[in-house]
Amino acid sequence: MRAATAVLSWALICATGWTAVAAADTPMPTPPRGKGEQCVEPTDVMRRDHMRFLTHQRDETMHRGIRTKKHSLVECLECHTRKDTQGKFLPVNAEGEFCDVCHDYSGVTMDCFECHATTPRQPKPASARFPAELGSDISFRLRIAP
Amino acid sequence: MPSNNAKSNMNTERRVFIGRAGAAAAMLTLAPGVRLVDLALARSADEPASDQMRWGMLVDATKCAQGCTECVDACNEEFGLEGMGRPKTDAQYIRKIDLKDKTTGKRYSLPVMCQHCETAPCVDVCPTGASFRRVDGIVLVDKHICIGCRYCMMACPFKARSFVHENLTNQVPEAPRGKGTVESCTFCVHRVDRDREPACVEACSKAGHEALVFGDMNDPGSRLSQRLRQLPNRQIRADLGLNTGVRYHGV
Amino acid sequence: MKPVRYQTLAGQSGGYWILLAVLAALVAIGYAAAHYMEVHGHYVTGMSNQIVWGTPHVFAVFLIVAASGALNTASISSVFGKGDYKPLARLSALLSVALLVGGLIVLVLDLGRPERLIVAMTYYNFKSIFAWNIFLYVGFLLVVAIYLWMMFEPRMNKFGKTAGTIAFIWRFVLTTGTGSIFGFLVARQAYDAAIMAPLFIIMSLSFGTAIFLLVLVAAFEWTGRPLDDDILRRLKNLLAIFVSAVLYMTLAYHLTNLYATEHHGVERFILLEGGVYTTVFWLLQVILGSIVPLIICFSPTLSRSRGALVAASILVVIGGLAQVYVIIVGAQAFPLVLFPGMEESSTFFDGAVNDYAPSAPEILLGIGGIALALLIAVVAMRVLPFLPERLGEQPSATSEPVTAEAATS
Repeated sequence: MRAATAVLSWALICATGWTAVAAADTPMPTPPRGKGEQCVEPTDVMRRDHMRFLTHQRDETMHRGIRTKKHSLVECLECHTRKDTQGKFLPVNAEGEFCDVCHDYSGVTMDCFECHATTPRQPKPASARFPAELGSDISFRLRIAP
Repeated sequence: MPSNNAKSNMNTERRVFIGRAGAAAAMLTLAPGVRLVDLALARSADEPASDQMRWGMLVDATKCAQGCTECVDACNEEFGLEGMGRPKTDAQYIRKIDLKDKTTGKRYSLPVMCQHCETAPCVDVCPTGASFRRVDGIVLVDKHICIGCRYCMMACPFKARSFVHENLTNQVPEAPRGKGTVESCTFCVHRVDRDREPACVEACSKAGHEALVFGDMNDPGSRLSQRLRQLPNRQIRADLGLNTGVRYHGV
Repeated sequence: MKPVRYQTLAGQSGGYWILLAVLAALVAIGYAAAHYMEVHGHYVTGMSNQIVWGTPHVFAVFLIVAASGALNTASISSVFGKGDYKPLARLSALLSVALLVGGLIVLVLDLGRPERLIVAMTYYNFKSIFAWNIFLYVGFLLVVAIYLWMMFEPRMNKFGKTAGTIAFIWRFVLTTGTGSIFGFLVARQAYDAAIMAPLFIIMSLSFGTAIFLLVLVAAFEWTGRPLDDDILRRLKNLLAIFVSAVLYMTLAYHLTNLYATEHHGVERFILLEGGVYTTVFWLLQVILGSIVPLIICFSPTLSRSRGALVAASILVVIGGLAQVYVIIVGAQAFPLVLFPGMEESSTFFDGAVNDYAPSAPEILLGIGGIALALLIAVVAMRVLPFLPERLGEQPSATSEPVTAEAATS
């Protein structure tokens, strides 16, 4: 009887939709807002697929030398790192910061930041910075479009 | 889609044109300190590296000053190689080697880094393909798939590679590096892809030595190719037939 | 031929449990050592950017090479049809699997990124002998497992010879692959020699036979099983031949290297001036690890003593570890020659002999690998009937047909 109830309630949860249940009862993670109005993709797409974008970009950059900014991890840091009261960057994976909030919530470990920088490079004199890119993202965007 | 095709055609034409013009310009006008990466090589961020070119370097040992470490310092700065005060395990992408001829006693000083071989032993031995050679000749480690077996370090005749022996923090955004993976000189690929020359070359020029020349070995008009034609030069361990991308003059 | 009855270890004695506990403790310590290395990074070990393969590789390569050789006895019985060895074929196959697993674990745990083992299984560069070895090692485990099944299952016995032959061929390929890891390294003076592959095959025969002999004597004596000296005498003769062959191949290797004048530097280093490596080579590998065992094996009086035979086997194992140490660490200690005819110096230790001292975590990890191999063997012998009840020509207590397996319920 108890088993039947469990199956029934599970079916009910499925039927009503996970999100509805989650919205009703479950605390959701609230990562700090990034800079600007909109990320490089719609928010729900980013939530679901950011790891795919990053992996794709990683291979494109690493092996083919494609340096578009759109899905570049370095660019993520530009918008998604915050500064502390002294104006120093907080690591994006530090507790309560952008990456950590959801990853902590979902229990998914990332090893990106064992190698990758967790903050943007501190500003340098103009001559030492990289020149702005001239190219566009068109071909790249086409390639990853579903 | 049509607009994209048109765009890429235009890109190609533009590149060819600029290539020729740039080659001509390079032959005529290049002076020390001016942008050394030829205009012909400029490409936009969405274009992949081209197998039409091969990046290379000439080290002019006659101009390399004994005791000068400008190139090494610039490299360490560029890649955030801070060192842990443990010389035996600290990474070095580029190092100055002092040589003394056992017969004549003549001394030389020159930098040695990854030689970016055409037939690189590290690429051959890597079990996962993490060690690879980009189509434009730059030998890299894909740290995402490096398992840290260090077979490449056993295979490299130049001792060009380092293994990250400890946990790291505060990496440079353009130069990811982390514990348990192997790394080496990348010819500053992040700069080269943005049409800038490697940090060591820039630093050497800035210091007024001009001992390092970087460029496209496949482009007969590049300053590198011209120098390679003018100056007698050699490869380290030429006996191995690796066709290295770094050549040495004056040793 | 007389029927063979196999029997599991009783596994009730205090001695068995103590052995199990000691081995398990060593395995746990080895794992803790690996964990320590992984958490802190390899700077806590003796390795450096100059000596990139250290003590764990010595143990791992030794175990992997010995694994292939431990299959000797099984191969002799199935491939070469020597019935006298047949009762030991199961133990032989078991040991080869156990040693290989022990060696591979050490190898994997010494990776910079052991948690990325899955990457090694999903990304392949088929120009790399390492990538091939992944298939050779895993395949070997599979082939020997099938071979064991053929031996255990009476209905499958008739395929035993075929399975044994496949395993026999596989192990030669496997050891060739292991030797080629070094043979293909053009960069280093001490390697880049085709003789590495046959040298490793001979080494495998010698190390494997010595370990097999030790486990055999221990297993029979500690469980009170009668063991005929005849089989030990034969194994001793085999061991002597293999040890001599390793010596010969070592000689050939050094003579080949000495032929090229450019390699005199590294040969002078290993053979004369290499300090600890010279000592390890001459004292441990040549004298204690080869000549003394040979004297024991060929001495009419000493070779009759079971104790002396055990001592000889232990010495061969020590000599084997010493040999792998010289091959792996000694070769890296000698500096790479970038500019022949020049004295080289730099902050990256160019031109300098590199020093290496094995650290405690590395040694403990290596010992943990050996302990794991033995633990696997000891547990397997308790669970399945790997060991014959007796060995030799003593009057058999039973007269049942060959297929009679000692059921252990």
